Amino acid sequence: MQMPRREEIKSVLIIGSGPIVIGQACEFDYSGTQACKVLKQEGLRVILVNSNPATIMTDPQFADATYVEPINPEIVEKIIAKERPDALLPTLGGQTALNTAMALHKNGVLEKYEVELIGANVAAIESGENREIFKTLVQKIGGEVARSAICHTLDEVLSSAKVLGYPLVVRPSFTMGGAGSGFANDEEELIKIATAGLSASPTSEVLLEESILGWKEYELELMRDKNDNVVVICSIENIDPMGVHTGDSITVAPALTLTDREYQKMRDMAIKVIREVGVDTGGCNIQFAIDPNDGRMIVIEMNPRVSRSSALASKATGFPIAKIAARLALGYSLDEIANDITKKTPASFEPTLDYIVVKVPRFAFEKFPQADPVLTTHMKSVGEAMAIGRNFTESLQKALRSLEKKESIFSFEPEQVEINQLIEKASIPTDGRIKTVQRSLFLGASVEELYESTKIDPWFLDQIQLINEVAKEIKLQGELSEDLIKTAKRHGFSDKQIADILGLSEAEVREYRHKRNLRPVYKTVDTCAAEFKAYTPYHYSSWDQETELAPSDKKKIIILGSGPNRIGQGIEFDYSCVHAAQTLSEAGFETIMINCNPETVSTDYDTSDRLFFEPLTLEDVLEVIHAESNSGELLGVIVQLGGQTPLGLAQGLKAEGVEILGTAPEAIHAAEDRGAFGEVLAKAHLIAPKHATARSYQEAKIIAEEIGYPVLVRPSYVLGGRGMEIVYDENLLEEYIQKATAIAPEHPVLVDRFLDDALEIDVDALFDGTDIYIAGIMEHIEEAGVHSGDSACVIPPVSLSDDDIKDIAESTRKLAEGIGVRGLMNVQFALHQGQLYVLEANPRASRTVPFVAKATATAIAKAASRIMAGESIADLKKVGVLPNNDVTVKLSNAPIAVKEAVLPFGRFHGVDTVLGPEMKSTGEVMGINHSFAMAFAKSQSGAFSSGLPKSGSVFISAADRDKTEMKDSIEILYNLGFKVFATSGTAKFLAEHSIKAEVLRKHYEGEVAGEKTTIQAINEGLIDLVVNTPFGVGPRVDGYEIRTAATLRMIPIITTARGLKAAAGAIAALNKEGMQVESLQSHAKTINLARAEL
Amino acid sequence: MSRFFQKRDLAKLVLEDGRVFVGEHFGAKGSAFGEAVFATGMTGYQETLTDPSYYKQIVIQTAPHIGNTGFNDEDNESSKIWVAGYVVRDPSRIDSNWRSKRTLEIELIAQKIVGISQVDTRALTRHLRDIGAMRSGIFSDEQVSKSDQELVELVKGSSQMKGANLTEDVSTKTAFVYPAEGEKKFQIAALDLGMKTNILNHLAKRGVETHVLPASSEASEVLKVGKDGVFLSNGPGDPATATHLVGVTKEVLKSHRPLFGICFGNQILGRALGLDTYKLVFGHRGQNQPVMDLASGKVEITTHNHGFAVKSDAATFETEFGLGEVTHRCLNDDVVEGLQVKEAKAFSVQYHPEAAAGPHDADYLFDRFVDLMKENANA
Ligand SMILES: Nc1ncnc2c1ncn2[C@@H]1O[C@H](COP(=O)(O)OP(=O)(O)O)[C@@H](O)[C@H]1O
Ligand SMILES: Nc1ncnc2c1ncn2[C@@H]1O[C@H](COP(=O)(O)OP(=O)(O)O)[C@@H](O)[C@H]1O
Ligand SMILES: [Mg+2]
Ligand SMILES: [Mg+2]
Repeated sequence: MQMPRREEIKSVLIIGSGPIVIGQACEFDYSGTQACKVLKQEGLRVILVNSNPATIMTDPQFADATYVEPINPEIVEKIIAKERPDALLPTLGGQTALNTAMALHKNGVLEKYEVELIGANVAAIESGENREIFKTLVQKIGGEVARSAICHTLDEVLSSAKVLGYPLVVRPSFTMGGAGSGFANDEEELIKIATAGLSASPTSEVLLEESILGWKEYELELMRDKNDNVVVICSIENIDPMGVHTGDSITVAPALTLTDREYQKMRDMAIKVIREVGVDTGGCNIQFAIDPNDGRMIVIEMNPRVSRSSALASKATGFPIAKIAARLALGYSLDEIANDITKKTPASFEPTLDYIVVKVPRFAFEKFPQADPVLTTHMKSVGEAMAIGRNFTESLQKALRSLEKKESIFSFEPEQVEINQLIEKASIPTDGRIKTVQRSLFLGASVEELYESTKIDPWFLDQIQLINEVAKEIKLQGELSEDLIKTAKRHGFSDKQIADILGLSEAEVREYRHKRNLRPVYKTVDTCAAEFKAYTPYHYSSWDQETELAPSDKKKIIILGSGPNRIGQGIEFDYSCVHAAQTLSEAGFETIMINCNPETVSTDYDTSDRLFFEPLTLEDVLEVIHAESNSGELLGVIVQLGGQTPLGLAQGLKAEGVEILGTAPEAIHAAEDRGAFGEVLAKAHLIAPKHATARSYQEAKIIAEEIGYPVLVRPSYVLGGRGMEIVYDENLLEEYIQKATAIAPEHPVLVDRFLDDALEIDVDALFDGTDIYIAGIMEHIEEAGVHSGDSACVIPPVSLSDDDIKDIAESTRKLAEGIGVRGLMNVQFALHQGQLYVLEANPRASRTVPFVAKATATAIAKAASRIMAGESIADLKKVGVLPNNDVTVKLSNAPIAVKEAVLPFGRFHGVDTVLGPEMKSTGEVMGINHSFAMAFAKSQSGAFSSGLPKSGSVFISAADRDKTEMKDSIEILYNLGFKVFATSGTAKFLAEHSIKAEVLRKHYEGEVAGEKTTIQAINEGLIDLVVNTPFGVGPRVDGYEIRTAATLRMIPIITTARGLKAAAGAIAALNKEGMQVESLQSHAKTINLARAEL
Repeated sequence: MSRFFQKRDLAKLVLEDGRVFVGEHFGAKGSAFGEAVFATGMTGYQETLTDPSYYKQIVIQTAPHIGNTGFNDEDNESSKIWVAGYVVRDPSRIDSNWRSKRTLEIELIAQKIVGISQVDTRALTRHLRDIGAMRSGIFSDEQVSKSDQELVELVKGSSQMKGANLTEDVSTKTAFVYPAEGEKKFQIAALDLGMKTNILNHLAKRGVETHVLPASSEASEVLKVGKDGVFLSNGPGDPATATHLVGVTKEVLKSHRPLFGICFGNQILGRALGLDTYKLVFGHRGQNQPVMDLASGKVEITTHNHGFAVKSDAATFETEFGLGEVTHRCLNDDVVEGLQVKEAKAFSVQYHPEAAAGPHDADYLFDRFVDLMKENANA
């Protein structure tokens, strides 16, 4: 193949998408990582900026200079000035990258430093992203759009509404995931939504639009090259009709309810659009709505960049959109790029599927009880699972069980219900609506009735009906038969579902099946429906006739991924899985990945030697294990890298005789079972906060009194800090027991002494049975009581003494020994009045592994994998995978890294923003620098678009217990010339310490004689920083209102005394010096020099 | 509408090499024989079924769900369903589309088309890809109870595609005129070798009045009604058997009347230009085939349906009518996809610019034909 690419481009800057937020998740790590790989292969110098340390793309090996710095025009300009890249590739980092690139173009930076935008041009971005321009352009080429009006002020909004009529959709320009958009049925709703929308749009521009609720919704993924070759990679059909954001819809690929005429009409329009918009090279995604009654077609929007759907489309078809987009940006044409999978055929073709892909969203409403669970144009899901099957029923049921939520799985028990109420319920789109649909049909509703209430295409409804009919057939036959199992499996039933219908145990069904060797086969995703031979082992299971697994003579290791992203388990775990795959492959093993999350790098067929796109249930995993054992020698399964999901499978796998590599299931039990863990602690002479288990409210009361308030209470049967609350007195205890938990002997409540005002410490460590390696000691910024996942933390610790560190290291070693860890372990300690308490130990890779790895320039996930594969820490030190000394040995002038959590409150209006023991963050950013203050400042501007203010005004309302501790910090701000506002109590306290503060009235007091309330002040933009430390639990009205108002206007909020201390220091630092940028590679040099000096 | 789930009667798909696929009956019950070929399109089963080029072929759809949008009265590519038999994995139980008139299965039964469902169509496709298209039979009547060995013998007794002359069977018996839409600009003769309706639509849209003639027509008749140009249609069968058509085509070439051929028509032109045709291992049948227009270097995503192809490794070749050129090739396997002889004002493509089903990337070729006729008229 000749080298037609543009030789003059020698270095490229790639902008990542920053922290994981709703609407912008790890799909951009996937696309960014692919792009980095390609550009390096092409021999270019790759410069990367991404504030998110949990990403694979920010691993130093993927770029020549990796900047984990805030993504904003100022910082990126500094990077450009330093690195002087020839080109900027802005289309692979989502909306964040695109908007930043646009800003850099507008403010002349790109021109000044002669940086060329590649893979997109400004005009194209403008006309693709600006809804007004886009609409006129679509009409110009003969397309239809929804009637609409563009508005920049609330008045314009109201007058246009009169013209268009209700219901209306409000959609801001230049936002992603529908931020700030929604439906308005009347003027009141309109004002509410439009206000939020106007402030959400960087161009304070919203679009009012006629509602086409209930129409069929489609998406096409396209690519275009410099020679104007255009191909459609994938068609995606939304099962939830118009009105539910595609990100929240259950979607299927390929589109299943279009005739060729309608499909080609859509394809023709899409191609016209991409040409008219002028996306000259790369990928783009275009959305359509179709009127189910007459086929009228409306163009909804386009994204002139790689999007969430492109990641889905890549996984669904095997066509690596981001990879190809990067090549096209360098000047290749599609026909010059080979199709990875078939090798022989070119990329200038349209994938054709001989299977069905279903994607289902994963929501987290249980974490935000006050949030509105109705699905709308504004995306609310936090993750998604994808499944592949040879037909829709198989694929749908696989997808639903991939969610790891019992409630999501179709069930077939009889039930006395008012069927019409069920049908009515189905008309409102919510998490689990599909289940309501299935139940209604199962309990006697007709497809017509459900079509009326949901507008879900009858074809899909009939398929769900088919699943119900199969269930009834199973019930009817009443006992297992080979034929019955084959039929049920062909429609995606799990052993568990079959067992439930027949009143058997899952094990019984499986045993029957295995005795008769009734097993799924494994097919291949090959982009061409088997027309050509596939060379990529990207597999999915199906109940069909022929399997395609090739035998191999390599020793195999299976790595279990972490499933759909959810709060508490996301990209950080995928990071560790990907590292395991890379290292073990390098070490000569055949690595086999099992996962069902389409957004991730782990489900890129390039990552492992074999990829199985499968649900992470015991049944599905066991079948892959069986199939792989038949195709070669399987050494075992790694369960400790994918978070709680694979860990939960360990026991079951062991019971089936599967070899678990690394920490044994017994050891896992020793760490997770309270009783067993208690013994471990006792043996090691370590202490945990006093705790006991209560089976009744009475018991809880007695225990609480004896332990002493405040206490931390949580239901014993949930993980991830779910339902955990700090209770300060008996009344609150009663309240909690009533609302939070149905306390009962089988549902006991755990009562812990709450260590008030304790310092929390997170530790990640490696243990091989003999030696321990302390990989990272993280000091939390917020006090214990804020979930480790939501608390900011710093490496190395800034306020721990050498003795503390010794103590922590020694305790960690004892725990590792006591539990029997092989590989990674994470411990949370609390340091309370000089005493070290163990909060919990997780015998697995933790959320902080990637952060620690980057902060300390040590590949600990890789090291862990090799330990699991049998090497010792000593060996790893010899070969230089691990440094000779762990972090207990202080390094001179090592950089300081701060991790800050990013919270989704802005998406869930009405949800209180106070941090507590239950994790709520979706993502994280890292700030790294030589001073703590500046590192913290960076972490804040990475986390909040606005960052910390250097000057201006601060509003303070502190709980009494915090006032004294906060005094010094407030003084700092005051002396920096901040204007201080405060609520009366706080103001009085400040006055006593000669800090002048203007009093703002409490919200419920209302405005009096021109004295504003806090909320008014915030809404009028008088305040740049909000400090509000709540007392006790639950939204206490005023604080709640304040925090909500601040969240809506995106003003940084600080809710803890320690948080304020760090912030004050950071603001002071910002006033002294500007932020400097430095690459991880250069930080690593510093660290390694310091290590060499030891 | 709770159609209670039920298994259907046993059916078998039997290949001449002895491989047997067991499934359930679909469409009409009976026995059907034909060449087993797979089609990879994800949309447009109605157009596929009614495409005369599939005559005597048992078509395997690689897309698992077939029939979702039912059967309407607008998307037919000819007067009837031509496939010899139909193999699908998951036929739809209902029809869901505002244009649908009836379910696919009702239509198949009405037209007595024997089908089979629940087959591992991917396994079957991989088999045909590796071994090649071959004779096959679907059995869903009492024959199904026969032993596999007996069924294979039955299949072996059926007719071969290689050497088959099917044109007579699919061609119109009597000439007819397909009027131009709006003002008539040109009048052409089209030899119906199994012509798809959408070709006529494309011509009509461009002001062309098409006189459709039986394949057996003589050159004189063709040139008489083909005042402005001549068209050679798509169609089934082995081009090596089309001696008469090749003769007629040579006459047309001599006349310098603009000539356009599609698919089978491309093979006829190829032979008239002295090139050979050959049978591909498993053919091209799909809607995602990348073809490069060698003149512009641009790639078109095109619909294919051919088991035979024209042989020419050279980019150009001498012919008695002037210099011949290969104008298009398939990027997947370099198969010749287009020919032209500028001097003789003749060109043709192996694929389907009329699409139906498939992408519309190549409909510029109809403009090219019209332009050719314009120039010719002006000259
Ligand atoms: N006019 C409309 N009527 C009803 N629903 C709409 C309309 N426009 C958009 N939607 C819904 O809102 C969702 C988000 O709109 P979209 O323009 O795609 O914004 P985003 O940029 O957030 O994807 C769409 O997926 C669709 O379901
Ligand atoms: N006894 C305690 N005193 C103070 N804070 C605690 C105590 N126990 C837990 N926490 C806080 O609650 C958070 C979650 O508790 P943890 O046991 O780690 O649950 P999870 O399994 O969700 O990580 C911890 O990060 C810590 O901040
Ligand atoms: Mg969208
Ligand atoms: Mg924890």
